[in-house]
Amino acid sequence: MEGINAKYVSKKISKTRWRPVSSSSLQQPDIFATGSWDNEDNSISIWSIGENGVSSMGDEFEGDPQLLCEYKHNGDVLDLQFLDQDRIVTASSTGAVTIFRHHHNSQTLSVSQLWERAHHYPCNNAPCTGVVCNSPEIVTVGEDGRIMLFRADQEGVLRTIEKADSSAIHAVTFLRTTEILTVNSIGQLKLWDFRQPGNEPSQILSLTGDRVPLHCVDRHPNQQHIVATGGQDGMLCIWDVRQGNMPISLMEAHTSEMWEVHFHPSNPGHLFSCSEDGSLLHWETSSNTDTPSFLQGGRNTSIISRSAIAPTGGNQSLINAWLTGDSSKGHLETTHMLPSQMLSVNSLDVLGQCLVCGTDGEAIYVNRHVPI
Amino acid sequence: MEEVDVEPTTTPIPGFDSNQKHLGFVWGPGDILVYETIYKASGGSAGGCPFVHEVRKDEDIYSPILRKLFNESHHIFVGLQRIREDLPSKNKKPQFVSISKNYRSVIRACMEELQQVAGIVSILLAVELIWNLCEVLFIDAAPAGSLVLHLLDWVRLHKADVDEKAREVLASESPAEHQAYWDVVISYVLQGRMDEARQVLVKQAALQPAARVMFKLLDNLLMKMPIFNPGETQTLTEFDVKWRHWREEVDHCLQDQSFASNRHLEDICKILVGDEDVLLEYKELLSTWYHFLVTRLLFSHPTVKPTELHYYAQSSMHMFLDTRSVPEPLDSILLAAFEFDIHQVIKDCSIALNNWWFVGHLTDLLDHCKLLQSHNLHFGSNLREFLLLEYASGLFTHHSLWQLAVDYFDHCPEFGRVYLELQIERVPLDTERKALKVIRICEQRQMTEQVRSICKIMAKKALRNNRLGSALSWSIRAKDAAFATLISERFLQDYCAKGTFSDLDLIDNLGPAMLLSDRLTFLGKYREFHRLYGEKRFSDAAKLLLSLMTAKIAPHSFWMTLLTDALPLLEQKEVIFSADQTHELMFCLEELTSGKSVPTPDRPMQDEDIETTKIELLRLALARNLAMAIVKEGTVEV
Repeated sequence: MEGINAKYVSKKISKTRWRPVSSSSLQQPDIFATGSWDNEDNSISIWSIGENGVSSMGDEFEGDPQLLCEYKHNGDVLDLQFLDQDRIVTASSTGAVTIFRHHHNSQTLSVSQLWERAHHYPCNNAPCTGVVCNSPEIVTVGEDGRIMLFRADQEGVLRTIEKADSSAIHAVTFLRTTEILTVNSIGQLKLWDFRQPGNEPSQILSLTGDRVPLHCVDRHPNQQHIVATGGQDGMLCIWDVRQGNMPISLMEAHTSEMWEVHFHPSNPGHLFSCSEDGSLLHWETSSNTDTPSFLQGGRNTSIISRSAIAPTGGNQSLINAWLTGDSSKGHLETTHMLPSQMLSVNSLDVLGQCLVCGTDGEAIYVNRHVPI
Repeated sequence: MEEVDVEPTTTPIPGFDSNQKHLGFVWGPGDILVYETIYKASGGSAGGCPFVHEVRKDEDIYSPILRKLFNESHHIFVGLQRIREDLPSKNKKPQFVSISKNYRSVIRACMEELQQVAGIVSILLAVELIWNLCEVLFIDAAPAGSLVLHLLDWVRLHKADVDEKAREVLASESPAEHQAYWDVVISYVLQGRMDEARQVLVKQAALQPAARVMFKLLDNLLMKMPIFNPGETQTLTEFDVKWRHWREEVDHCLQDQSFASNRHLEDICKILVGDEDVLLEYKELLSTWYHFLVTRLLFSHPTVKPTELHYYAQSSMHMFLDTRSVPEPLDSILLAAFEFDIHQVIKDCSIALNNWWFVGHLTDLLDHCKLLQSHNLHFGSNLREFLLLEYASGLFTHHSLWQLAVDYFDHCPEFGRVYLELQIERVPLDTERKALKVIRICEQRQMTEQVRSICKIMAKKALRNNRLGSALSWSIRAKDAAFATLISERFLQDYCAKGTFSDLDLIDNLGPAMLLSDRLTFLGKYREFHRLYGEKRFSDAAKLLLSLMTAKIAPHSFWMTLLTDALPLLEQKEVIFSADQTHELMFCLEELTSGKSVPTPDRPMQDEDIETTKIELLRLALARNLAMAIVKEGTVEV
């Protein structure tokens, strides 16, 4: 029986990301970064679980995330990515793109580079909504409909695609080293090829029918043409960008906006999505579907709040078992990974067997034994 | 108007002299804006002051550690509301007790983190103390017998320094000679912890082998003290009998002067008999009147009934406290609790604390336990709802915690929705993401007016920044046809001005959204016409163009442009428009020009010329096309 610990951090969390571990080592990730939003003083913070950080008091809350360092951030953190082991890029609601450096020895953060008006309207700032990196290149997108290409350690802008979109671009991901895919608020996926000059996308894909704004996109780790998107209506779509206009599959996932979707980087048969409705789903493609997982082995998750010294005993409304649901496709299983009655889960990240997510309830949840 | 219960506190405004000037003010949701007026107190006016002061009553919601309290308790609150109503109350009591314990553990967790900030810690301590007592008396509602035991637990939990002292004493080289040794022993006895007292006494006994008999006797008495066990089959009367029997034995020992040689042991014995004078001698160890009360009950009236509590509570307080000292708010609250006057408890807490958190959650829990009679307040809603509304309104003023307040409003059946409707529109919307969350909240509660107004705000913002695509997606969300029309007008204006469309990616991919407004449909179709023309599918383009005018999709103002677009089609070598279609075009042209027969004086001559030239060109082209069409249609292939 594994529990998910809730750690209350007094700030609404907009993004959580694991620090990448080198692919050669078989270690589990132990450090993650979070960004906050909707606060008068937003900040990015670095946390540690496990032996690396300061040891927590008492053994009951082993694995409780410990704060290593924090740094003030101007504006909401709308996106956050690790550029490499030491540097983090953030996208801000003030339109700025910042690179922070994490100094391991002193456990401090400092600003390494800042592009202040990366995204702007003619008269004021536009929020920068997404950032993705392929070290040393950084691509950012914003509500101003621009795509910007930067290089870390270089002052200026490498390339700007002006008027890339007439609506706000919500997320971006790399398809190949020179191709990116963006999703926008009128429900379109656009492919951009940096080798080509000009401001036109090389391909536009969208659902026929209601154009629902798309909020997140992620590429399959091994197959570069398979992409998953999630949008305002909470539907999960899997696309094949080589084939025309129709997604491969459409699945009802959540009851409100899906904020993030991630393929598991090493086990792509697993997909994770989180949503405004407070749920985090784990999608599994399994080979045998005769017995749903709640009959196999009776896994049970209970939420252990950090402050609950007295065990809650028989209070069923606070303890939740892993729920399962069948999707319309017979060989796909979904499980809820968090208890119900939560505020929006804004962000999740999964690496190895560890999952971290942040919510509007000002809490971070870490699960170190994700069944994959 | 009601009388005020306490004198209101005065907050001085820095830099303001109330003798000189009048102060102006306006109420905000959780604060007051105050400014110096130009009016002097003595009449007349003088120069103004540029400052506006914001006076806030509740600073607590801005404390980062207390925020955890708000968030965690919100989670518990929502869970409590969802407990099913149809379960019999017998099954619900343990649930309510555990929820109460949850709330308390959240408070304790906060206290641990807040150790540095003394002021708030003492308030939280008091809050937890009161809550714990309410849990014991109201929610758990222990009957006689268990009541004293629960109260003992309550006191023990809040007098943790005994264990610290004991550790210190036992860790020292010679515990029995430690300065605080007897304090520890007596404190244990006062708290009814006989086993621990005995363990510590043993050390002393070892030091004084001569008095071994005495120590053995006391040890025996302590061991034999009967404790009521609610689980066993022993009834209250049986326990009472046993207890009296034991007490007589202790009394006997006292009369016998068995402990006369050792003052401490004698005191312990007197305490066991419930001698109040001796108890009062140890005021410092007891430190509070309620500790005194519980100890008194333990040794004099262990079978006290809940209804009898308040006699003892009042008398204990009087005996313990100096008659001269003013009772603290905490004391009167606890006294009210012992008197089972829930409303008084809530009222006093509301006055004493500056944040509605405690009273709101406690009242809600008590209401769920059906302990509050429905008390109709002057404002129409009941006490629970009133307090929750106040609490949630306070939360709404916070830049971040407003999201929690939504759930509280949801569970206020009478006024919650109205409050929410008013407050949600005032949440500042800096980014699209925040606006989406606010809209989602409104949509889930069918607040269509608010959805529409928020979408309109966002759409107007987008339009001002020339983000037509964003503006359109907001109007689609709000199903706002009027705004969609506005946006299409902008597109068409751009086209007329520049000759090309901007934002083709949007217009080309409108999809079913096109049907939201007529103008938008026209825009989409018009763009389609251009595309067909570009692909050289002239007959399809021609048909589309005609239908745009005849089906009245196109606005009249645009007809000239459409007809001008028709020109190249008319000028083609092969005949594209059929005779019928040409007739229709001519009809449209006539309709257009008949309205323009009178030249307006404010239009410059040049424009007029251009207009007439265009019309003449059109007429010529149409005539020629008609001729060719008639010939073509009339020709019979041989």
